[in-house]
Amino acid sequence: MLFLNFNAAFIIEKAILITVVILGALVVAMYATWAERKVSAVMQDRIGPNRAGPFGLFQPLADGMKLFFKEEITPDRSTRFIFLLGPCLAMLTACMTSAVVPWGPDYITSSGYALRFQVADINIGILFVFGVVSLGVYGVMLGGWASNNKFSLLSSIRAASQAISYELAMGLSLIAMLMMTGSLSLREIVSQQHGFWDIHYFSWNFFKQPLAFIIFFTCALAELNRTPFDLPECDSELNMGYHQEYSSMKLGFYLFAEYINMFVSSAIMVTLFFGGYNFPFMDAVQEAVPGLAFSAICIMVLLAKVVLMILFIMAIRWTLPRFRYDQLMKLGWKSLIPLALVNMLITGAVILWIGN
Amino acid sequence: MQKLTNKSIQINRDPLTFSERVYLPGLAKGLAITLGHVFKKKATVSYPEVKRPFSPVFRGLHILNRDEEGRERCTACGLCALACPAEAITMEAAERKPGEEHLYREEKYAARYEINMLRCIFCGYCEEACPKDAVYLSESVMPANYTRESFIYKKEDLLIPGNKK
Repeated sequence: MLFLNFNAAFIIEKAILITVVILGALVVAMYATWAERKVSAVMQDRIGPNRAGPFGLFQPLADGMKLFFKEEITPDRSTRFIFLLGPCLAMLTACMTSAVVPWGPDYITSSGYALRFQVADINIGILFVFGVVSLGVYGVMLGGWASNNKFSLLSSIRAASQAISYELAMGLSLIAMLMMTGSLSLREIVSQQHGFWDIHYFSWNFFKQPLAFIIFFTCALAELNRTPFDLPECDSELNMGYHQEYSSMKLGFYLFAEYINMFVSSAIMVTLFFGGYNFPFMDAVQEAVPGLAFSAICIMVLLAKVVLMILFIMAIRWTLPRFRYDQLMKLGWKSLIPLALVNMLITGAVILWIGN
Repeated sequence: MQKLTNKSIQINRDPLTFSERVYLPGLAKGLAITLGHVFKKKATVSYPEVKRPFSPVFRGLHILNRDEEGRERCTACGLCALACPAEAITMEAAERKPGEEHLYREEKYAARYEINMLRCIFCGYCEEACPKDAVYLSESVMPANYTRESFIYKKEDLLIPGNKK
């Protein structure tokens, strides 16, 4: 019989944490839309949104309000329930992934209670991420299929095949890293990357597994449907792709889910490869400031890294042209998967060599 | 084939080199270009607050001029309407009555003077044709509007405000 140890404080703590994380993700995603427009603007010698509030900071609010008040249209012969389910699923899966990200180190209160800045420390953290990310493609697929539009259907087929091909390389690239860390728990992986400099070498995984990072990053871009891999919503061929028939806040959900996904996947990439909340000289800082402030600093550091990562993804979007479909498949199957396998082999050899 | 200009470039169709196929050096090069543009001068002007100066020969909305004493200069001679290639100008002449000398400069004046801004091509021929220096093209842009009727500018719309007596 399953015995669940319910604890009121525990439940309240997690409920607050979930609310904060989801709200934080929403706010970051909101301002990611603003940042995207600003980034594209400065890269194209423009100014970008600057009318709503100082520096256009209220622009996302205005956009959201506009989407809410738009007419909601359901195509005549769509499957209404599934049509509705699509954006909900996209949003849900986008938010779910954030559950396993460790946002900061534990804070132990004076009464000995450990405050954890992680919604769920499950020992299969990375597998959970993969599972939810693969669920994410259902949002796109169902939406595209239920729209009863050929472009949407084509786009959702594209999205599905792209997601499947790139998930493979993504998983394989991480295996090399997992061989090194020996754990699937994100919390464990972060604590292994303590500080910045381990006795002999950098402690962040990026410096130990640069190839894995490049493969993972590429696959993450493909999973996020971001340029250069945004074939599901490629305007020149498919009009708007899977959200062609969506209007009002349903469209908003799709667009928003993309940005939440970007935030969460940046957080996961930072956690896996760039030390999560770890930063150089963190031991000295920990001694200098009280516990809760230290946790706050760690969370800030993590968020700063995530923002940098998001900006980098945006810079790539406004730099590279879109891949052609055959090029995309070729890159996925013929380059990334073999590379990931080779990386595994090299990692295994190095681990053996060090072990001896 | 003989080359017509020296601007044509022979496209390099060699198979991609290894560094090109790896794509990452190209990505770095592209990122360097786009990130370099971050620090360049912006081409955009925040329009209503900042306005770009027009060229000195810019031809904008028409105005009907008055003389130094605030009297209308136009004598309804019709030369502007004749010069107009778009046939945008219509006018009706009237004779000045005694006691109206402070309103109109000469014995004849335009009782009705209309320019259809939807027809006007802002060529400025009316300005050149006018013997009385009455019609000018100003530096303001024609404002947008909702109805066709509102684009037919009456004399009251065109005349620069004078001293009301």
